[in-house]
Amino acid sequence: MSATTVPSAVALKVPGFWRRALHHRSFAIGGVLSLLLLIAAVLSLVWTPWSPYAMDMANKMQGPSATHWLGTDAFGRDVASLLLVGARASILVGVIAVGIGLVVGTALGLLAAARRGWIEEAVMRLSDFTLAFPAILSAIMMTAVFGAGIVNAIIAIGIYNIPTFARITRASANAIWSREYVAAARACGKGSFAITMQHVLPNISAVLIVQITIRFAIAILAEAALSYLGLGTQPPQPSWGRMLSEAQTLMFQQPLLAVFPGMAIALAVLGLNLMGDGLRDLLDPRLARAR
Amino acid sequence: MSLFLFKRIATLIGTLIGASVIVFLVLEILPGNAAQMLMGPDASPDAVAALATKLGLDQPAWTRYWHWIGGLLTGNLGDSYAYSSPVIDLILERLALTVPLAVMAMALTVVIALLVGVTAAARHNKLGDVGLMGMAQVGIAIPNFWFAILLILVFSVQLQWFSAGGFEGWGEGIFAGLKSLLLPALSLAVVQAAILARITRSAVLEVMREDFVRTARAKGVSQRMVLWTHVLRNAMIPVITVMGMQFSELLAGTIVVENVFYLPGLGRLIFQAISNRDLIVVRNCVMLLAAMVVIVNFVVDVLYAVIDPRIKASDV
Amino acid sequence: MALLEVNDLHIGLQTQRGPAEAVRGISFSLERGETLGIVGESGCGKSITVMSLMGLLPATAKVTGSIRFDGTELVGRDEKDMCQIRGNRIGMIFQEPMTALNPVHTIVRQVGEPLRLHRGLSKAEARKEVLALLDRVGIPDAASRLDAYPHQFSGGQRQRIGIAMALACGPDLLIADEPTTALDVTIQKQILELIQGLVAERGMALILISHDLGVISQTVSKMLVMYGGSVVESGPTDAVFAKRAHPYTQGLFAARPAIGAPRGLRLATIRGSVPELVDLPPGCPFAGRCAYTVDACHTTRPSATVLPPDHAVRCMRLEEIAAAQAVAP
Repeated sequence: MSATTVPSAVALKVPGFWRRALHHRSFAIGGVLSLLLLIAAVLSLVWTPWSPYAMDMANKMQGPSATHWLGTDAFGRDVASLLLVGARASILVGVIAVGIGLVVGTALGLLAAARRGWIEEAVMRLSDFTLAFPAILSAIMMTAVFGAGIVNAIIAIGIYNIPTFARITRASANAIWSREYVAAARACGKGSFAITMQHVLPNISAVLIVQITIRFAIAILAEAALSYLGLGTQPPQPSWGRMLSEAQTLMFQQPLLAVFPGMAIALAVLGLNLMGDGLRDLLDPRLARAR
Repeated sequence: MSLFLFKRIATLIGTLIGASVIVFLVLEILPGNAAQMLMGPDASPDAVAALATKLGLDQPAWTRYWHWIGGLLTGNLGDSYAYSSPVIDLILERLALTVPLAVMAMALTVVIALLVGVTAAARHNKLGDVGLMGMAQVGIAIPNFWFAILLILVFSVQLQWFSAGGFEGWGEGIFAGLKSLLLPALSLAVVQAAILARITRSAVLEVMREDFVRTARAKGVSQRMVLWTHVLRNAMIPVITVMGMQFSELLAGTIVVENVFYLPGLGRLIFQAISNRDLIVVRNCVMLLAAMVVIVNFVVDVLYAVIDPRIKASDV
Repeated sequence: MALLEVNDLHIGLQTQRGPAEAVRGISFSLERGETLGIVGESGCGKSITVMSLMGLLPATAKVTGSIRFDGTELVGRDEKDMCQIRGNRIGMIFQEPMTALNPVHTIVRQVGEPLRLHRGLSKAEARKEVLALLDRVGIPDAASRLDAYPHQFSGGQRQRIGIAMALACGPDLLIADEPTTALDVTIQKQILELIQGLVAERGMALILISHDLGVISQTVSKMLVMYGGSVVESGPTDAVFAKRAHPYTQGLFAARPAIGAPRGLRLATIRGSVPELVDLPPGCPFAGRCAYTVDACHTTRPSATVLPPDHAVRCMRLEEIAAAQAVAP
């Protein structure tokens, strides 16, 4: 992160931002996909083509048809409905896991940038260590030890977001702290807390927004992997990852069962990544000039 | 150079020691009695106590730590509870699969990423660039275990070129062994290659803006030669940094991918050991993973100095 | 036949604010062994002009007009042919020696590169040539430093290495784009003398770009004054220095601080600032900033008035200016 250019949330307030945003290819495509994810999850709360829990052994493992748009699984459950409800798990995991990381990590990062000294060292060491240690491994360990299930999966993934947000917040906050208007505020007698809230946080919000989309995507992937291994969302709650592991045993009989859940995951993650990329472009003052 | 190496090796050893302490501590703070967990909730208290003594759980943490470190250095890692065999044998057996797998995956990653990244940078803002980077975005979004399943669907179920899983061991010959590792290595490589390709592309684009590229062109070097002989080496610094980090992601990926392909590798062992609460195996395997990551980072550090002559000079 | 003949060269660039004409119909010629200086402020098009001689403009640039080098037309030449010419028939030295060399290649490799590329020398043969070149440009103890890296040399030495690189294949034309601007004053003199010596020794033509009038007066025999993409005045260096017919030239000369001037004397400036390329008027580029502007200056591009024998000026107010200045010197 360059010391002089921090993505500026000021860009959001410039008139014409949303027009540029809609024309930005990455952001537009990503936004649409992400919106679809959200719509799927919300829709599933009020309506699904079939109940995702209704088994129908007579019609199991069928391909797409007029009645079952994406076919049925090994128990005759409607795949489309399972996907819709599965979106709920993904969004839930994303929101809470990222929320944990955002709240705790950002607080730590802001604290480190404001106080410096040993707090900053401690925060940096912590996040350096987690950089090297694979997240999936510790998530597996935590869920295996504390018990499988969506709650523990969320906590495990969320804990991993803390050092990431802390590191990024600290770096961007440091850049802001060295700006002249902050020096001016301090000269006026403003305390660290006030400066953090009024100057630092608003100016690093763009960086955080971009990170949120990226970590959301990673959380969805992590939840899918954990569910695939049996450590995440438990039956009968539908989960895209677990659908894939069930489908794997039936690959020879109904290959399509392995395709749709994976596509759902990929599209959700793709959408969020594209949106994050787009936001990064749109909010970076340097890139905007060079275009 | 030798001073540089010495400092780096000293750091390496220090980091390994630190990692061992952390691994030990993390597994120490697991809730509940480890022996209790191993035997399950309905085992008799006596049996649990007996196992606890056998595992040395009644000794203070300090002693257990030294006991373990001593074991690590002498090669005696204790016995696995679940498999009732020496952990060291288990691990070595599994490594014989996972190390070639990781190396293959890393090699595939690097080759694909460099080709895609440099080509995209050369066709900056043209169709090739947009197309390749679009593919990279998709590559990042695909879960590696889903890609593995898709590969199995296409190459095993449909085309029947590969088996759908399993590993016959190296006894059947190197080629057969590598063949069964190819699809797993590809599944691991695709996501990492996509990430690395993007990094490569932006690193190359940055370097192409430098003055010395203009000088090279003024000497009559063609655009293509400039890319491969002048630019690439300068672009490798950020690329290698990411490659180092990706190795640990790759290793973590083996945990899931080995499950998909039913490969008896280290990743699968870790997963099963965690599920079985086989603490001894878990602790040693995690330490092994950490050691591999630290060593790879060490190699990356040394590579920096090889690639960029300025680093050796300034950092001694 | 002149070595280099540039005729009505127009170069259009894509800027952030749309397409702009960076070079507007310049023409000049250069004989073998002649030295030409191009002087002007940043953004006047001097670097773009010489980059077009090398064919190193961005892909989005549009070039019309003619550049004849030793009889062959360079505009529109395909890239492969241009690669044969660059570093071989035309050599170029750049402004920033600290960043002009590849940090991860040894200097023997970099200076030898044009030799191996264009002359097909082997590594060993190139090494000998490079040693001779480095000795000639004044790198002390060159033999033991062949395998050194650029960061192990000072700025002045790196520029000497750059000169060696540009001359390696014995080009007919050497282009030096502000070769001394980034160097200390004491080193500047040495580098300039080196360039002059080499040019004379090898009978090369030289195009030297500078914004420093002192450098121009000492090094080149003819000169062009450029502003806003056009050549506003051109001719033998002595003539231009003596006559200074164009108002912009006068402004440039007046703006130099003089040693020995009385204290408190305000530095003369040219009023206004250089407009961006897209904002240049269709007429004389200096219109508006010039004290003698009339309406016609904004709309009509002045054609070249020749003050014999070969001193050309693009200004339509020459007589009035001369008259005004005769009255009030």
